[in-house]
Amino acid sequence: MITYITRRILISIPIIFLVVLVTFLLVQAMPGGPFDFVGIRVMPEHMRRIMEDRYGLNEPISVQFFRYFGSLLQGDLGPMLRLRSQTVNDIVAETFPVSIQLGTMSLAVGFIIGIPAGIIAALKHNTFIDYSATFIAVLGVSIPSLVLGPILIYIFGVWLGWLPIAFWGSEPPFILGFLPKPTMDFWTHAALPVFSLGTGYSAGVARLTRAGLLEVLDSDYIRTARAKGLREQAVVIVHALKNSLIPVVTIIGPMLAGAITGAFITETIFALNGMGRRFVESITQREYFLQTSLVLIFGILLIAGNLLVDVLYAWLDPRIRYD
Amino acid sequence: MIAELELEKIQEETKGRSPAQDAFREFRRNKVAVGGTLFILLVVIVALAAPVFTPYHFAEQNNLNNREKPMTGYLVTTDRLPDCHWANTPLEWGCTIFFAGSDSLGRDIWSRVVYGGRVSLAVAVVASSVALGIGIVYGTVSGFAGGSVDNVMMRIVDFLWAIPMLPIIILMTVYFKALSRAGVDTGVAGFLISLDRAAGGLLFVFIAMGALNWIGMARLARGQVLSYKQKEFIEAATALGATNSRIIFKHLLPNIIGPLLIAESMAIPGYIFFEAALSFIGLGVNPPTPSWGAMINEGYAGIRSNPHLVLVPGLALVFTTLAFNFMGDGLRDAFDPRMRGKN
Repeated sequence: MITYITRRILISIPIIFLVVLVTFLLVQAMPGGPFDFVGIRVMPEHMRRIMEDRYGLNEPISVQFFRYFGSLLQGDLGPMLRLRSQTVNDIVAETFPVSIQLGTMSLAVGFIIGIPAGIIAALKHNTFIDYSATFIAVLGVSIPSLVLGPILIYIFGVWLGWLPIAFWGSEPPFILGFLPKPTMDFWTHAALPVFSLGTGYSAGVARLTRAGLLEVLDSDYIRTARAKGLREQAVVIVHALKNSLIPVVTIIGPMLAGAITGAFITETIFALNGMGRRFVESITQREYFLQTSLVLIFGILLIAGNLLVDVLYAWLDPRIRYD
Repeated sequence: MIAELELEKIQEETKGRSPAQDAFREFRRNKVAVGGTLFILLVVIVALAAPVFTPYHFAEQNNLNNREKPMTGYLVTTDRLPDCHWANTPLEWGCTIFFAGSDSLGRDIWSRVVYGGRVSLAVAVVASSVALGIGIVYGTVSGFAGGSVDNVMMRIVDFLWAIPMLPIIILMTVYFKALSRAGVDTGVAGFLISLDRAAGGLLFVFIAMGALNWIGMARLARGQVLSYKQKEFIEAATALGATNSRIIFKHLLPNIIGPLLIAESMAIPGYIFFEAALSFIGLGVNPPTPSWGAMINEGYAGIRSNPHLVLVPGLALVFTTLAFNFMGDGLRDAFDPRMRGKN
C-alpha cells in the first residue's frame, strides 16, 4: 500500500509540471497584460516597460517559466501584479481556508442528509416514503446553486430576515491556518452558502446510496445472512451498508475537488472571498502568477482526492489489491 | 418447477418483441418519465417557434418600462407596435402586457426566457452529440485495437482525468473571447471567432463542454467494446471472415450504443448547468443574446425589489433540468432488465 501511494505521488509530479506549464503559457498568451492601465487610464509606454522589467515579463517565456517553477519549489507562489501590496501567498492564505471550509461543510451536509435519506428510501422500497424521497432527490439535483442561492437569500435573508446574505463569518488569522473560529457569527454566515452548495450533493449521495443498497439487498450473501436468522438491523448495518457505500465513496474525492474548484458560483452569489471567485475575477486582471498558482492548487487537490478514493476503495473492498 | 413455469409465462408474454420494444413499453408505463419527455417536447416546440410564442424580440427595449412586475400592462406607443410579433393578430392585446415582467433595460422577460431556452437546448443537443461522438470513436478504437494502442490511448485519458479541466477550460474560453475582442481575423483563431459570432458566443461553450465530457464517454465505450469483443457472435463473425469495419458497425456499435445514449441523456442536466454557470460569470453567450444563467446574473443583485428577474429564468432552468432528469431516469430503468417489474 505504501509503495502504491508513493508510486502514485511520483507519477503525479510530471502531471503537475505539465499542468503548470500549460496554464502558464495560456495565461501569458492572452492579449493585453497586467500593466495596460493605471486606474482607467492607459499606462504610459515607458512606465509599462519599467513595470515589466521589474517582474521580468520582458524576458523569454522559457526563462520566466523556469524562474517561476524554481520559486514554486521554494514555496513562493509569485508576486501579485496589480494588487502589489500583497503576494500570491497572501491571497492563497486568505482564500484557501474559506474554500476548504465551504467545500468540506457542503460535503458534510451532503453526506449527513444524503446517506440516511438513501438508506430509508431503499429499506422502504416502493412505498410512499421511497417515492417522496426519490422525488425530492431528483428535485435536489435539478436545482443548481445558481438558482438555489438567490432563492435562499430571498426567503431567509430578505423575507424572513433570519440569516445574513453575504460574506464569510470567519476572518484570518485562522486556527492552524485553515480552521474557523466557531463563533455564532460564523455559523449564521455559513448556513446559506453551505446549504445552497450542499443540497445538490445530498441529493446525489441519496440517489447513489439508494441504488447501491437496493442492489446489495438483492445479493446472495444478504439472503444467507437473513436465512441464518440475523435481525434485520444487523443485516442492513453490518452486512449490506458497507458494500453499498462503495459507489458513494468513489465520488468523495472528485466531489471535494469539484466543491472547491466549482464553488465559484456560490462564492460569487454570497460574496465570499474564496479561491474560485478570486480565480474568475483575476482573469480580467491578467494576474499571471495568481491564476497559474490557483490552477496548480486545484490540480494538487484533484490528484489528492483521486488518491484518497483509491485508498478508501481498497480499505472498503478487500478484493481490490494494488501492488 | 415454479420458476420454470414462470419463465415459460414470461417467454409467452414477450414473444415476438424486441428488447427495444420491451423497453419502450416499460418506459410508457413510467408516468413521471413520460411527463418529463412531453415537457421537453413542449419546451423544444416553444423555443423553436419563439417568435410565435413571444410578443417581442429578446433585444427589444422599452426604456420607459424598466423593471416592471409580472402581469403589468404598460403603454406602448403606436410607433412601437410594428415591433411586436403579435401586431395585427388576435393576440395583439398581449403586446401591452409584460407576462413575466421586464428587466432593467425594459426588455420583456418572458420573451427573453423563451429565446434563452434555445440556448439551453442547443447546448444540450450539441454538447451531448460532441461528447458522444468523440467518446464513441475514441473508446471503440482503443478497445477494439487493444494492445499498445489501447495502452497509450488510455494513458492519455488517465492524464486528462487527473488535470483540473474546469479552470483550464475557463482560461481557454477567456483566451478566445479576448482574441475575438482584439479583432483577430486570420488563421484558425480568426475562423473560430467568426463561427463563434455566428453562434451568438456559444461556440466556445460547446468546445469547452466537448473537451470536458468526452473522457467519461470514451471510458464507458471502451468498457462496452471490451466486454462484447469476447462474445461468441463476434468470434463467429471473425471466423466467417468479416472485416473489422463490418464487425464494428454491424455487430459492436448496435450493441453498445444503448447504454451510451442513456448515460448521455443523464449527463444533459450537467451541460445545461455548465452553460448557465459560464454565462453567469460572463463567459457564455454574448449580450444581448439571452441565456438563463446570464439573466440570473443580471437579476440576482436586485433580488430584494425584483425577485422575478431571478425567479423566472431560475424556474425555467429548474423545470427543464427536472424534465431531463426524469426522462433520463426513466430511460435507464426501462433499458435495465433487472429493474423490470419492480416499479
